[in-house]
Amino acid sequence: MGDVLKQLRGWTASEQIGLLFIIVFGLLGIATMIGVAMSVRAEDEARTLRAERFKRQLRTTWVMVTVFWIAWIAGTFVSLLLFGLVSFFALREFITLSHTRRGDHRSLILAFFVVLPVQYSLVGARYFDLFSVFIPVYVFFAIPVISAVANDPERFLERNAKIQWGIMVCVYGLSHAPALLRLDFRGYEERGAFLVFFLVFVVQSCMLLQDYVGRHYPFKPVAPRISSSFSWGAAAIGVFGGALIGALLYWITPFKAGQALGMALIACAAGTLGDFVMKALKKDAGVHYWGNEGRLVTGAVGLLDRVAAISFAAPVFFHSVRWYFRL
Amino acid sequence: MSLPDTAGLLLSSVARLVTGAQGHWYGCVPKAEQRIYFANHQSHLDWVLIWCALPRELRSRTRPIAAKDYWTATPFKHWITREVFNAVYVNRQRTDDQDPLEPLVDALRHGDSLVIFPEGTRSSLGDPQPFKSGLYHLAKQFPEVQLIPAWIDNVQRVMPKGEVVPVPILCSVTFGAPMQLLPDEDKRTFLERAREAVTSLRKLSGSA
Repeated sequence: MGDVLKQLRGWTASEQIGLLFIIVFGLLGIATMIGVAMSVRAEDEARTLRAERFKRQLRTTWVMVTVFWIAWIAGTFVSLLLFGLVSFFALREFITLSHTRRGDHRSLILAFFVVLPVQYSLVGARYFDLFSVFIPVYVFFAIPVISAVANDPERFLERNAKIQWGIMVCVYGLSHAPALLRLDFRGYEERGAFLVFFLVFVVQSCMLLQDYVGRHYPFKPVAPRISSSFSWGAAAIGVFGGALIGALLYWITPFKAGQALGMALIACAAGTLGDFVMKALKKDAGVHYWGNEGRLVTGAVGLLDRVAAISFAAPVFFHSVRWYFRL
Repeated sequence: MSLPDTAGLLLSSVARLVTGAQGHWYGCVPKAEQRIYFANHQSHLDWVLIWCALPRELRSRTRPIAAKDYWTATPFKHWITREVFNAVYVNRQRTDDQDPLEPLVDALRHGDSLVIFPEGTRSSLGDPQPFKSGLYHLAKQFPEVQLIPAWIDNVQRVMPKGEVVPVPILCSVTFGAPMQLLPDEDKRTFLERAREAVTSLRKLSGSA
């Protein structure tokens, strides 16, 4: 095993990434076959429903992995563009459900057509210092000014807070994922895709694990009015499980095993708590899912449900990595 | 592909990017039957949303109404309404010798479907205004044409009156069950019923 790993380390970046995608697509293929088998063998309604649910989740994963793969092949510019589009759709969903007023129009134009492209351009240009303060410092100053000029004092603080939260979660948070592609580790050039993969995989496994544990071993919910399923027990199992998976994956990252464990722990904790916060925001907006299981209403597809954990985990992970390795 | 087709495709992709342009068919399915769609009216984008919600093969046979003075004023406006949308032009100034519904009647005789906004003007308030009588006259003259109510949701937030840049916000069009003019229904009852049919779709569309 050790020899195989050593040999793998000697491969070029694109060979390693090729292997990674072969493994991921292979796993997805197996999962898809399991899904088909599940629906063939389903006798009662409950099992059919479960099979349908499983297949729906798989479809999303297929799309995400394929997009990710295309992004990798096509290079940094295209991956920035893709992540930018995801940000755009997530923000569109957030704003749709936040019920803004007429006076917010100019602020929203700023958010969608200036802040979003500028933030992603800063990632592309590797201006990391400006990139991490552009939104919390400059944009958070500009938005209330523009809103005030619109001459509508009604619920001013609340409206601005909503727009700023939307930008923070959907643009600032998500833009840190492709920023990992642009980090320069010594001896780890052009392998940023592994870091993005590491983050997404670890956080996603943590969330799935939590979901499973929460469903099968009911712990006492922490805040039942916000979420009937979020409990410290399930969260802890999810986070430590995710961290363990991270440690096992250390060989695709520039980290040593212990470092990988620590980084994964940080990412999973941030993702878990962030997802919990998003649940509170959803309850406030009066919806259970951003997508309401397809039967909706505004036409939101529930993209936010899927990216919430990453949105919160990415900035914390990115900052921890930069701080620890002094990049 | 011809230039108008390309322009149409471009326009519908922009509309999708900005509004999601979702069509929900609750009371009927998008079918190649002759129909009059009638909906609430909030913005210039209303027609584009309905147009995006229709399957592509129905688009060329489903025509909007365009005010002749405004939509033929510049060559571009004229071109886009004539070539891309295949609009039916109507005169807003009433003359004594011409029935303003005549172009609509011609289009229906010709077998086309129409999209009309019976409120007449755009309203930014929540509830639609009372319907004008055009819908009643058309229903009476063409009893075999299906009348489909539709509720357009959220568009007023995309581009409020007076703004030129749209903000990306998800919008939807909800299509309801076909309705018909009853044998001895009078104009007022029918128009009120039609308005009710549009308003009742609002609950289905999910907005408060």
